[in-house]
Amino acid sequence: MDSPSPARRHSKKPKYSKFTQQELPACKPILSPGWVITTFAFIGLIFIPVGLASLFASQKVVEIVDRYDVACVPEHLQDDKLAYIQNSTEDKTCTRKLKVPRLMRSPIFIYYELENFYQNHRRYVKSRSDKQLRGKEGEGDTESCSPEAKTSNGSVIVPCGLIAWSMFNDTYGFSINSKVLDVNKKDIAWNSDKYHKFGSDVYPKNFQSGPLIGLSEQEDLIVWMRTAALPTFRKLYGKIEVDLEPNEEIMVTIHNNYNTYSFGGKKRLVLSTTSWIGGKNDFLGMAYLTFGGLSLLIAATFILIHLIRPRSLGDPSYLSWNKNPVGYSN
Amino acid sequence: MAFVRPLLDPSPRPPPVPGSLPPPSADLPRPIAEPPIGSDLSQNPFDSSSRLSNASARLRVDYNSGDRVLFPEPGSADSFRRVSGSRTAVRHGSGAESDRFGVASLREISDEDARFVYIGDPARTNERFQFTGNSIRTGKYSVFTFIPRNLFEQFHRVAYIYFLIIAILNQLPSSPSSDGYEDWRRHRADRIENNRTAYVLSDGEFRPKLWKDVRVGEIIRVRSNESLPCDMVLLSTSDPTGVAYVQTINLDGESNLKTRYAKQETLSKVPEKDPVTGVIRCEQPNRNIYGFHANMDIQGKKVSLGASNIVLRGCEIKNTAWVVGVAVYAGRETKVMLNSSGAPSKRSRLETHMNRETMLLAFILVAMCSIVSIFAGIWLRNHKDELDYSPYFRKKDFSEKEEENYNYDGIGAEVAYRFLMSIIVFQIMIPISLYISMELVRLGQAYLMIQDRNLFDETTNSRLQCRALNINEDLGQIKYVFSDKTGTLTQNKMEFQCASISGVDYQAEMDPLSADHADCSVRVGDQFWRPKMRVNVNTDLVKLLRSGHGREERKYVYDFFLALSACNTINSKLIDYQGESPDEQALVYAAAAYGFVLVERTSGHIVVDILGNRQRFDILGLHEFDSDRKRMSVIVGCPDKTVKLFVKGADNSMLGVLEESLDLDVVQATKNHLHAYSSLGLRTLVVGIRELTGGEFHEWKSSYERASTTLFGRSKALRLVASNVESHLHILGASGIEDKLQDGVPEAIESLREAGIKVWVLTGDKQETAISIGFSCKLLTTNMDQIVINSHSKEACRRSLEDAMAMSRKHLQMVHDAGRISLALIIDGTSLVHILENELEEELFKVATACDVVLCCRVSRTEDMTLAIGDGANDVSMIQMADVGIGISGQEGRQAVMASDFAMGQFRFLVPLLLVHGHWNYQRMSYMIVYNFYRNAVFVFVLFWYILYTGFSLSTAITEWSSVLYSIIYTALPTIVVGILDKDLSRKTLLKYPQLYGAGQREEGYNLNVFLLTMVDTIWQSAAIYFIPYLAYRNSTVDGSSIGNIWTLGVVILVNVHLAMDLFRWTWISHVVIWGCIVATWICVIVIDSSLSCPASALFWLCLLGILVVGMIPRFALKSFRGYFFPSDIRIGRELEKAGGYYEAVAGSIEMRPVVGAGGARS
Repeated sequence: MDSPSPARRHSKKPKYSKFTQQELPACKPILSPGWVITTFAFIGLIFIPVGLASLFASQKVVEIVDRYDVACVPEHLQDDKLAYIQNSTEDKTCTRKLKVPRLMRSPIFIYYELENFYQNHRRYVKSRSDKQLRGKEGEGDTESCSPEAKTSNGSVIVPCGLIAWSMFNDTYGFSINSKVLDVNKKDIAWNSDKYHKFGSDVYPKNFQSGPLIGLSEQEDLIVWMRTAALPTFRKLYGKIEVDLEPNEEIMVTIHNNYNTYSFGGKKRLVLSTTSWIGGKNDFLGMAYLTFGGLSLLIAATFILIHLIRPRSLGDPSYLSWNKNPVGYSN
Repeated sequence: MAFVRPLLDPSPRPPPVPGSLPPPSADLPRPIAEPPIGSDLSQNPFDSSSRLSNASARLRVDYNSGDRVLFPEPGSADSFRRVSGSRTAVRHGSGAESDRFGVASLREISDEDARFVYIGDPARTNERFQFTGNSIRTGKYSVFTFIPRNLFEQFHRVAYIYFLIIAILNQLPSSPSSDGYEDWRRHRADRIENNRTAYVLSDGEFRPKLWKDVRVGEIIRVRSNESLPCDMVLLSTSDPTGVAYVQTINLDGESNLKTRYAKQETLSKVPEKDPVTGVIRCEQPNRNIYGFHANMDIQGKKVSLGASNIVLRGCEIKNTAWVVGVAVYAGRETKVMLNSSGAPSKRSRLETHMNRETMLLAFILVAMCSIVSIFAGIWLRNHKDELDYSPYFRKKDFSEKEEENYNYDGIGAEVAYRFLMSIIVFQIMIPISLYISMELVRLGQAYLMIQDRNLFDETTNSRLQCRALNINEDLGQIKYVFSDKTGTLTQNKMEFQCASISGVDYQAEMDPLSADHADCSVRVGDQFWRPKMRVNVNTDLVKLLRSGHGREERKYVYDFFLALSACNTINSKLIDYQGESPDEQALVYAAAAYGFVLVERTSGHIVVDILGNRQRFDILGLHEFDSDRKRMSVIVGCPDKTVKLFVKGADNSMLGVLEESLDLDVVQATKNHLHAYSSLGLRTLVVGIRELTGGEFHEWKSSYERASTTLFGRSKALRLVASNVESHLHILGASGIEDKLQDGVPEAIESLREAGIKVWVLTGDKQETAISIGFSCKLLTTNMDQIVINSHSKEACRRSLEDAMAMSRKHLQMVHDAGRISLALIIDGTSLVHILENELEEELFKVATACDVVLCCRVSRTEDMTLAIGDGANDVSMIQMADVGIGISGQEGRQAVMASDFAMGQFRFLVPLLLVHGHWNYQRMSYMIVYNFYRNAVFVFVLFWYILYTGFSLSTAITEWSSVLYSIIYTALPTIVVGILDKDLSRKTLLKYPQLYGAGQREEGYNLNVFLLTMVDTIWQSAAIYFIPYLAYRNSTVDGSSIGNIWTLGVVILVNVHLAMDLFRWTWISHVVIWGCIVATWICVIVIDSSLSCPASALFWLCLLGILVVGMIPRFALKSFRGYFFPSDIRIGRELEKAGGYYEAVAGSIEMRPVVGAGGARS
């Protein structure tokens, strides 16, 4: 029975607000041909110059790469490199001559490059103790370090873990015309690592003989401990802070200590200048040029098709049921 | 999968066959027939859920119940009571159907099937079997079953099984909390219900008792306007004749009052003093609210009980001071509870599809894990000799005395470990967070729907209710709408519209003149009463009535209105008319408006205030309505000592018994008017009269008495008596009653049809009326081909169905040739019964699905998205079975609303709900699902590429923290905001072009192709993200975490820009979340890495820019290309919005085309 409600009830009508009525002011972009062509043309016009610039920068970088892991093994031991490297009596010194192709402006970065070394292997990356590295109080924290956590007599290893214990230990000496080139091995590690992640009161007691130096001072270790992303990687060894003239011959004295022979790894010495794009790498320039060009091509195609088959925007006759008045239901 | 059950089950109960009567019981012959109330439904071959049968039943009810007298001497109705002896029995029926009813109720119920209720003796009643107590529980879960049952519910989702495995591997917790909250609310409602008070007889008086403690067998007293606590058999009522009026609005949605009777054997007892003892033997609890079979053994007598003797839980007692009854069904065994058997949990179509793609993703995941683990095995074998001492693997452990393998159990075990580990690493491939986001998004969508002012109904002061939170997006994919008619399309308010009296058509005027209303008020004591309902009147007719005596015309009008006020079963309580039939109510109110005010009705006489002149008429006889005659009649003894027979009935049944030769012109004119009325969608009735001579009357009287004492075939005999007397009638006229359509229904249906939704209306009206209503609400249009099936034999049905099949096939062919003409299937109830009985359902369904409109039809099974809308309890099963059930919350009961997924005030709200919110929700949800799949997959692929470069060792450059935060912080908020707020098209556009709804029906937003295309794009994007930094930083000093940061930032930026590109509407909120997320990621990355001097070199920036552009180019190009050259309707709609009014002005003719196209017209 619909008797009129005796007391007019409080109306439950929803209050008006632009939000609840879904009427918030909004920008409604539509990919109109103008916008599409402009966007693609814009991308092309940005990408091609950037690509050219980075390609140019990359080309300007001078890079000397020398693989020495095979060449440094004496002729008679070539068949059994493992025996050579494991034999502690064998003299591991090896001399390489490098020719400077173009003028190399200081600073010239010295890298060692390892290939086929899975520094990103799960077993490897996990085998470290950041807590131990950070400070003295974490010395005993070696749980994550196995199988390099404790010595066989049960004392903790500092620094523990596979990473620390596989540190690269080849050394390089440079000279031009018998004049020794100074290698600056300071400031090769990240400051954040030096000051926050490696403690000055942590001494690598199982690691080094002689006077112990705090970890934060051992930049080569810090560099090594920042594990590489890919199985082929470079690590900064040091810097040469003089310009190298073209065609100069650099004598490199290598102490070939590091065993990459056991797992088929390769070792290279790299000398390189830098540019704003970093080292020598043409990829980015090429990629930018390619996709910039592609964008321009798409823009052009769009213009072309637009000219051949134009469509006026917002014409209701393009609605499916107007194009085909009876067939829309299926 | 979609259900395959029929939407509406035919009841297994066969229609009773009148020929096969069992031998009469011992207590026959009984001079007094069973009250026929309720018998109307005993022959209903359908389940109560069928509106069709119910409505046809309602037509019968119209003439059915009420007071009637066997046969008193003319003018001495009062003396009859004395005549009929010691019994105060008043309620006799000519009982045309009483035999059947009696048979049904006296049917022996076998002891195993019966439940015994010892009246007033709950202890003994519950002795043998513990009957259910009266407490109810509608919540799905109890405290103890919540966890296991909820888990089971959750496991319906394939992904959750996966999630469980992940949780075991990863110990991740989960919390589905919204279900719990819903259930808590239900429990609270139950608690309130259970703690209401009933008055139960104990120790000689009625004492309060909580509802939940009421037990079967107890005697309960219920007062006026109180709800019934359980199903009970009436013992006595405040009325000396044992009548009780109940309002069943909560049960079946009908707002009128129903009469129920206490048995004469019990009604004189006062339970407090004179305890009733006896046994009721009744059928097992069932959900048929219109049927009840029981016997009562009382004082050694066996009394049969039927549906008219039981009052059900959920009803309210009205107009009766008190009733006393005995509880027979309690708690969850009550009929109302059995009917509301918990809503089956629905799953949206989109989610079902999503589960399919989740499986696909799981497959991809397993494939990736297999690749990684197999390659890891190969790698290990190839490096077998080096691994012992290799610095990065170091299989040997030197720290112990003996050299042992460290963490290495051979290649096979290693492969297995890698496989499990890779599942953990790649697990976010399956977007578990998506399920949580979806819940949040649905919550937001529901909030916006509830808040929508366009879905607010002023008249009932009700908002939209979102009762189901997990099928919002289904609203955008509806293909079929099944609508109840009465009360859903119409207001269920009958209004007397026009009358044709002796061949003159009188149409009511729109404005009721206030002056006329003064005349229809009636003096009762010192007060003037006026009928509650206002009726539009025809001023000419009013003038004619008041013009004084003498004119022939006036005599007919006088008799016509007298017939209207006399020939019915309406009860009058101070001019407030109560009756089972709204049509009769309307007629009585109409008569009152014209000055024939029915003031009083007792069993033997009526008092009618005729134009201010109170007159008393004796009711000498009454032939109630039955479905064979389709008419009812009363024999009235007038004050002027004439005896008049008034007959009222359906036009086709009445035209046969008219004496056409007497007034040929009038009959012809009336026929024309009838045709005109039903074409207007009015419900028509014809009224006839015959004056009985003394001889005729006595002849009738004696044959009536003879018939009513017949032992066998009494109803048939009574029917014969009625048919004999109802002949040679003079036509008085015809009436047209309008069941007004709700506001905006025609427009709404038109919009729905344009949107490609097939609308099926379920109605029980006369075919002509149904068709005309169909026209008036634009369900049917003139250019549709109609297939009409109304055959009355099985064979004819089969034939017409075959014809219909042929026709629909022809139409299907025409689609290829010239386009299609819309088909409308109109089928009547009888044919439908024949078809369903003969297992022709399949054929019918084939025809029906080929049609655009189906009228008067019941639903068979379907795989397509269905929506059911209804308002009454009889629509509940339909609402529960459909993919989306909508309840109209209005004047009718709450049953439909309780069972529904969405409840709203008006039918027309269906249009904004489906076309606007449904479209938006579907669009948003489908995009969100695809996007979430993409978003997680792109991240996993980046991880995967990297793993290929780590000796398949499953190390990740992206930190584990970033993996966790990725779907929580880095990318979560934008998808949720987009899922709630983004909208492709404005409300205006969607309503203007309903065809845009087709996007959801065709599943454009989310389908396998979209998914696969997105996955291809995902691989490209992940490759761009991975390989650009990889190639740029190859042979450099870059360390894992630095390049990992680039990848993290690259993924997050790309994924968010991807979303930004697909965004339709940029509001300030979208700006905040999208750019905010990128900034938040940046901050997180810096914090997690803690190397605050993240090297932001030129290379780094160029990498990010490169990732962004290279990753987006294919998608952007494809999107712009498709949008411009192969535009979707949505795209055109957006352009239209942007173009503004330009095309509206120019292309007016095109605007018209959608309408024509939807109608399927081809000129």
